[in-house]
Amino acid sequence: MALVLDSPEINRALKRIAHEIIERNKGIENVVLIGIPTRGALLSARLAKILAELEGSSIEHGTLDTTMYRDDLRGSAPRSLGRTEIPAGGIHDREVVLVDDVLFSGRTIRAALDALAEHGRPRSVQLAVLIDRGHRELPIRADFVGKNVPTNRAERVSVRLLEIDGNDEVRIEGRA
Amino acid sequence: MISHLLSISDLSKDEALNILDTAEELARVTETPVKKLPTLRGRTIVNLFFEDSTRTRISFEAAAKRLSADVINFSAKGSSLSKGESLKDTALTLQAMGADGVVIRHPASGAAARLASQKWMTGAVINAGDGTHEHPTQALLDAFTIRQHLKNSSGDLSDLSIAIVGDVLHSRVARSNVLLLSKLGAHVTLIAPPTLLPVAVNSWGVEVKYDFDENLDEYDVVMMLRVQRERMDEAFFPSEREYSRRFGLNGDRLSRLSEKSLVMHPGPMNRGLEISADSADSRKSVIVDQVKNGVSVRMATLYLLLGGN
Repeated sequence: MALVLDSPEINRALKRIAHEIIERNKGIENVVLIGIPTRGALLSARLAKILAELEGSSIEHGTLDTTMYRDDLRGSAPRSLGRTEIPAGGIHDREVVLVDDVLFSGRTIRAALDALAEHGRPRSVQLAVLIDRGHRELPIRADFVGKNVPTNRAERVSVRLLEIDGNDEVRIEGRA
Repeated sequence: MISHLLSISDLSKDEALNILDTAEELARVTETPVKKLPTLRGRTIVNLFFEDSTRTRISFEAAAKRLSADVINFSAKGSSLSKGESLKDTALTLQAMGADGVVIRHPASGAAARLASQKWMTGAVINAGDGTHEHPTQALLDAFTIRQHLKNSSGDLSDLSIAIVGDVLHSRVARSNVLLLSKLGAHVTLIAPPTLLPVAVNSWGVEVKYDFDENLDEYDVVMMLRVQRERMDEAFFPSEREYSRRFGLNGDRLSRLSEKSLVMHPGPMNRGLEISADSADSRKSVIVDQVKNGVSVRMATLYLLLGGN
């Protein structure tokens, strides 16, 4: 149960990602954050708060459930659905930043891109993740990464967030 | 999760709530411009209808199509079914065609269970009404509609008082609803003439009344049942006028219902018999919502049965 990030480190990572988002998009005027339930949505709400404080203006954020777009539904028990809430301003012609907790195979992000396309055509789609653990099965990469964590496939990355888990930390489980 | 939906009694409370929660998320999705999800792409769903039904069949068809499944409609009229093919041969045909799910409506109670238990086919079986036995998706959409309008903090139907009024004897809708609404914590009262109640109704664990007017203002939901004239081959009540007067929801009874109460009907309605036109079209009526919610609940059912595994 190796500790990867503790609470202050998670905060610092999010702040750095926020700065990078501002830098890349030259402000946040046309940026909309879309979090992937469950923990990606919580991280996106935190990022929105940090960005609003840094820039002194509000930023729209929403959630996008990818379950119904997954290509790996068969062969496992049905997953329960998360919430999709596209902000009032929509995503058409906006700079969309997808936010998730862990980037692994890339299949969730592929599903998210399909789901996103149903809601409009963003000017660009960028990806922010707290942890990139490698082992991609698709040509997908993150634009903003909290921490790169080399893992083997059998390990499990556990992200706990204050809002639902009672504390903030990232651990690797099952490491020999 | 169960692998077929044959009866409400097969569902645990958590499984039932999971179907309702899933339907709620799917309803939100279908309110956006996105009406179509790719989830069941390449899967085949057969609507196997041995009995006429327009609304249930098109509701299942809409649900399957919104999930991108291929839909084959197979109805008894003008098909091999009317030539006397047995349920077994039909099932073997469906298996050979590669049906992943079968939605079956049949006049015989237990037909869906037989199709599911005989291993004639590997697909999931969904009971869309078998004789006077059950119609589980109707009960689920009714519970969904009630929850939508009278939601409490626990997410179930506890502390709600629900009256089911009319032809309980012939109603698979009533049977499924009694099981589901009780399971979700509601207090269910059946109101009907004694001739339209099943013999074993005392074992259902619900209250039974013969007087619609008694404590009418205490019900949160009044669910009217269709008088199933086509299933009646003898006199169950003296006259339609008398039935309507004693057990129909008319303007007078409507005005005596409590402020927030809901009026429901599974359709199709006999306007003027069990429900008056002004009741059916009143502000309290959620009958159109029931139809709309039917699609979401059936999408959830199809997703949960066919989406995984």
